[in-house]
Amino acid sequence: MSVIYFLIGCSVVLALIFLTAFFWAQRTGQNEDLYTPSVRILLDDSEDADTEK
Amino acid sequence: MTGNPTIEKISCYHCGDDCLTEAYTLDDKHFCCHGCKSVYQLLSESQLCNYYTYNDHPGATRARIDRRFDYLSEPAIVSQLIDYTDDQVTMVTFYIPHIHCSSCLWLLEKLHKINPAVHYCRVDFLKKQLNIRFDHHRISLQQLVELLYDIGYEPLISLQDVIKEGNAATEDHLVQKIAVAGFCFGNVMLLSFPEYFGISTYEHSFRQFFGWLNVLFSLPVVFYSGREYFVSAWQNLRRKSLNIDFPLALGIAVLFIRTFFEVATHTGAGFADTLCGLVFFLLVGKFVQKKTYHHISFERDYRSFFPVAVNTIVDEKEKPVPLADLHTGHRILIRNNEIIPADAILLKGHALIDFSFVTGEAVPINKTWGEIIYAGGRQTGEAIELEVIKPVSQSYLTQLWNNEAFNRKQDNRMQTFNQKVSKYFTVVLLVIAIASLLFWLPTDLNRGIAAFTAVLIVACPCALALSTPFTMSAALSIFDRNLFYLKNTAVVEQLAAIDTIVMDKTGTITTSDNDNIQLNARLSDAERELVYNVCMHSNHPLSRMICRYLGTHKRLNLTDLSEAAGRGITASVNGYQVRIGSEQHVSGYSRNTSAGTKVHVAVDGNYKGYFAFAHQYREGLKNINGLETDYELYLLSGDQDHERFELIRFFKTTDKLLFNQSPQDKLDFIGKLQENGAKVMMIGDGLNDAGALKQSDLGIAVTDNVNNFSPGSDAIMDGRSFGKLPAFLKFSKDTVRIIHASFLISLTYNFIGLSYAITGKLSPLFAAILMPVSTVTIISFTSLATHFAAKKRKLS
Repeated sequence: MSVIYFLIGCSVVLALIFLTAFFWAQRTGQNEDLYTPSVRILLDDSEDADTEK
Repeated sequence: MTGNPTIEKISCYHCGDDCLTEAYTLDDKHFCCHGCKSVYQLLSESQLCNYYTYNDHPGATRARIDRRFDYLSEPAIVSQLIDYTDDQVTMVTFYIPHIHCSSCLWLLEKLHKINPAVHYCRVDFLKKQLNIRFDHHRISLQQLVELLYDIGYEPLISLQDVIKEGNAATEDHLVQKIAVAGFCFGNVMLLSFPEYFGISTYEHSFRQFFGWLNVLFSLPVVFYSGREYFVSAWQNLRRKSLNIDFPLALGIAVLFIRTFFEVATHTGAGFADTLCGLVFFLLVGKFVQKKTYHHISFERDYRSFFPVAVNTIVDEKEKPVPLADLHTGHRILIRNNEIIPADAILLKGHALIDFSFVTGEAVPINKTWGEIIYAGGRQTGEAIELEVIKPVSQSYLTQLWNNEAFNRKQDNRMQTFNQKVSKYFTVVLLVIAIASLLFWLPTDLNRGIAAFTAVLIVACPCALALSTPFTMSAALSIFDRNLFYLKNTAVVEQLAAIDTIVMDKTGTITTSDNDNIQLNARLSDAERELVYNVCMHSNHPLSRMICRYLGTHKRLNLTDLSEAAGRGITASVNGYQVRIGSEQHVSGYSRNTSAGTKVHVAVDGNYKGYFAFAHQYREGLKNINGLETDYELYLLSGDQDHERFELIRFFKTTDKLLFNQSPQDKLDFIGKLQENGAKVMMIGDGLNDAGALKQSDLGIAVTDNVNNFSPGSDAIMDGRSFGKLPAFLKFSKDTVRIIHASFLISLTYNFIGLSYAITGKLSPLFAAILMPVSTVTIISFTSLATHFAAKKRKLS
């Protein structure tokens, strides 16, 4: 059963990695504007068609 | 006599307004004005016509008169506006009120195709902000703003940048704190399971391990996530007041200390998961409360209404000067539609000043040479030259802003239910805790301490702290959906406590001036041109308004112009005889017609129809009739009393209608009502009401464009939802009732918990179940009840 020490250690480390990832996302401003990207993705990127006209 | 133009309505391809002429067409597309056409031209030259594929008529109308952005070439002003600059690039954030659809987003992020000197553009749609990075060697800030203006996205430039200040203030890492608390909460719950379900004897080594891990996880929760509760409790204690943070901090501290001791002395499992859950839920509640509506800024003073800079005349040349540097003796140049920033004497030109901003009176006033013009007036017509006689900070208007009403601390106007209750709550809680300690002390010391701590743990007012934010945020989002924007959650309670309502007239219960003119005549383009030219030569305010209504036309030669004061004008233009004025003047006879000012038109003796200048009351004004049974209703107007009789319908008695009120009068009137113990709500619209809005217990600004206007008020109401005011008031009362009910629910839970706690036999498992259950009950009750209330008031 002593393997549980190791397993808990692993799970906590994994959780910490997720926590760090969240902190990183927060620091780099990914959660600042949660609406605009959802609109932006719907806009076609037809720049080539436009410029070749 | 009345008739609409029979031509089929064509709407502008760019902005969607009706096209009144067919003069502006390009590529088979119709435009309402030259501005719209040129925007289309600009876009099609840059191959950006996809702009029109995402939405129909996405553009802003460009039929406005050009403004000047010369002041943006002043380095002193530029340096205050930009976010960052180095040798290569400059970054700037603009607030662009017109951003409203996906086409705007698409076009603004493609600015680099119109001008390659722009490196990068990012739109924040909800905040209506545009972040631009550009090469300042190739395009100046002024050119950039002009480019934005040319494509119909004029930034709102103000040196008092509320948005930036607001962004800086919210930097308190609340989300990070929630993340840490949630992370620890999850882990601690997992590690507590074995303890709750029982650990067999041969696994007892794990108990120690889990216990210490729990303590370890509690550390960041207490010292990082929960730190603010201790700070706030301590600060309040030093100010000798008890707020809700005190019992919360006490609860957190007791939970942690008891957990630590139980684990260290091997006497129990401790309350680590209750502790982490408590902090987590509290912070979530705080987050919900903070997530109010920052897309509208409420904190604006006179500086945001005045221009950033004024053109002064130095050595016969124009030089833009920042407003703060404007001194007595400066000669300033004010163009059409510009606001006069400081009290000044008219030196040159014909001044026709629209003081609706200051007094509420919509009809422009003539000023002659040598007269003093007070700050806040808007010049309509030609450019004028003035000499400043008082600096901006001492002008009449800004003095009103500087009235003590503005410096008063806003938070203390009314105590919220939460603040009132938490004082007593803390005292009662401490009394019960100490009483149970004293009760057990003679017989069993350990049990006494257990009971003392258990009371503090169980009675920790978590649900109380959560009920208000959750109810309020649900209420705020319902108000928000109904175009009524509140500054913060406390405003809901203030709204419920109101007993007197004071309203402004112009702009508040009447709609703003542009819609007031109605053309009830069939006029061809040629006839419009004639009327325009005749009115051009008259200084009568109504003529001015007709000119503005008709838009710009070609100048024609006039002969035989005669103006009969108070009656009308007769003139010959292009061989036509045009008569404009009263019915008597135009058609020779006069009938009794309904209220409202009318200007009649006849060409060559043929009666054509009339322009009606009616004050249009807001839709839904009749709804306020129901209010006077529960509220004292007053009307304060800066206007003349020519509508007294029409307004009696709404206000019943004349003594509650006050006319000719200056801004200071309004402020004083509110103050007098308050001295008599009234809780006053002021509903106003403009700068002229700003003082009264601030003085009142609750100031509501009514506006037709939410982004344009927000004087020092607690709430902003879109003009369209004015008729819902009674429903809003009732709903606010419902909300307060819901908070009271949820408080009762939370008390019930506390009683159940306390009855266990005072015996000193509170098990960690019991606490770990009771706490989340009460939280979930409160949150679901408040959100459901709020939505039911909204449905009942027809607000959802």
